[in-house]
Amino acid sequence: MKEFSYIIKDEIGIHARPAGLLAKEAKAFTSKITIEVNGKNADVTRLMAVMGLGAKKGDEVTIRAEGEDEDAAIEKMKGFFERLL
Amino acid sequence: MKQYSGKTIFNGVAIGKILFYEKKEQQIKRVKTEDTEAEIKRYEVAKQKAIKQLKDLYDKALVDVGEANAMIFDVHAMMLEDTDYNDSVYNIINNEGVNAEFAVATTGDNFSIMFAEMDDEYFKARAADVKDISERVIDVLSGNTSDNNIISEPVIIVAKDLAPSETVQMDKTKLLGFVTKFGSSNSHTAILARTMNIPALIGIEIDSEWNGKTAVIDGRRGLLFIEPDEDTLEKYKAEIEKDEEAKKLLTNLKGLKDETLDGKQIKLYANIGSVADVANVLANDATGIGLFRSEFLYLEKTDYPTEEEQFQVYKTVVQNMAGKKVVIRTLDIGADKQVDYFNMDKEENPAMGYRAIRICLDRLDIFKTQLRALYRASAFGSVAIMFPMIISVDEVIRIKKICEEIKYELSSNGIDYGEVELGIMIETPAAVMISDLLAKEVDFFSIGTNDLTQYTLAIDRQNSKLDNIYDSHHEAVLRMIQMVIDNGHKEGIWVGICGELGADTTLTETFIKMGIDELSVSPSFILPIRKIIRETKSM
Repeated sequence: MKEFSYIIKDEIGIHARPAGLLAKEAKAFTSKITIEVNGKNADVTRLMAVMGLGAKKGDEVTIRAEGEDEDAAIEKMKGFFERLL
Repeated sequence: MKQYSGKTIFNGVAIGKILFYEKKEQQIKRVKTEDTEAEIKRYEVAKQKAIKQLKDLYDKALVDVGEANAMIFDVHAMMLEDTDYNDSVYNIINNEGVNAEFAVATTGDNFSIMFAEMDDEYFKARAADVKDISERVIDVLSGNTSDNNIISEPVIIVAKDLAPSETVQMDKTKLLGFVTKFGSSNSHTAILARTMNIPALIGIEIDSEWNGKTAVIDGRRGLLFIEPDEDTLEKYKAEIEKDEEAKKLLTNLKGLKDETLDGKQIKLYANIGSVADVANVLANDATGIGLFRSEFLYLEKTDYPTEEEQFQVYKTVVQNMAGKKVVIRTLDIGADKQVDYFNMDKEENPAMGYRAIRICLDRLDIFKTQLRALYRASAFGSVAIMFPMIISVDEVIRIKKICEEIKYELSSNGIDYGEVELGIMIETPAAVMISDLLAKEVDFFSIGTNDLTQYTLAIDRQNSKLDNIYDSHHEAVLRMIQMVIDNGHKEGIWVGICGELGADTTLTETFIKMGIDELSVSPSFILPIRKIIRETKSM
């Protein structure tokens, strides 16, 4: 399993649009990718569940990937968060 | 006449008949079924159709209100494809053996409650989005051809709430304004109203009795008048006329060059004080930002804004301006703008005290943080940095050295930055008198006429007793402006005005004849001044 942590910088937090794009990006991998915020977890391919976490600016999130392509998946996620969130 | 007050969404005035808009209340029947497979299939077909509708709406909104605002429909489509949402619909159909409409309605309610219960305003507002997509699927399922051409004559729409898709689909030529009970100023509907320039109020206790009555929306003051009396009507008709004139100016002058009759190009830029003002800059067709006051970053906070926070703000503005020039002025506090956490001593004469560049050159940590953020943002467009309250060549040389250090640091860390023009505000008589020397050191001058006038005439701007002798057209000030322009041009740099005098339409011709290269004014003055520029000769 691979993981990284990230502090949300986006003013609104993980809002609808990035959550949607995140789900799309994650679906390209076979690994299970999850996000943890304040002790709550969600599968990142699940848009509503991710929005339901209510991650806000300044919150620390931990992204975990587990599966055959976990290295590639975690790299892609890192890039995604740094660019959009 | 009755008067109500609410929260304003867009600052316009509208007069018209009210149309009380009620959503066709979907009576969802719970129907038992044996053939759950057929219901799931019906749902899938309806969902695909709904997604197709959303794509079409996205295309329509893209043209009407731009990509950033159209995005909501793309998000709606994504929501409809969400695994949990779909699983919930399948489960209800399978486990309860019920029709697709009921399963979608229940799922929509559950998810919308989840959002409504969150403690953040943004996420709370998403409850409306979930309802919107669920209703769309139900409409398709029950064969409702959603008829959104509800408006046949120009009306003010009064409704409990409006979904973004409803707002976009209404015929804008007939939508005078709207008033809703619910909704927030963050909602997509509110954002759309602003983009479409539709006067709108929220938070008003609405009444279906109003249907067909005449009303006035005063978006400037957040007021709604039902059955207004003659005086009120007259007053607002006059306001609308004024707005119409301004609009005419806009349509006639938008996209035209800021060029004098004899072909001299004037840079006509806008002054802004926050990120939110950028929309106004673009709407009024300014060709750049000539003064971005960075103070708000500091005034709104309880502690020093970090480099990252500042970078995000500058970057947003620079990106939104898409390659057009953005002149950002470094921190200009002190005098009448005080910030608690700077812990500054009380001064006898703050206008001549510890302020602006004097603070920055004394507290280099604050200055460098801002400069790093500015240089980083310069990688995303065309940035110029302007320094306030300069009185000596030495200050400029010190500033330039610090900028070189910042560039070196960024390069060594592999961080990108772009070409940055460095300029100074000319707002002290000292800077005017040595403008020949200063011009050798910088890329541009921007004359801050407010301070320059108060220092030159020795008149405190805050003292209302002196208003009658405060002459903003004083010959001394005009001669100073001429001197600065001439000295700038001798060294081949551009010279602009960013103070209030720049927006004084009685002086526009004078400034052009004096040889001014740039005028930076409040967004609402851009087009009136463009009109004058285009009717004036530069010689």
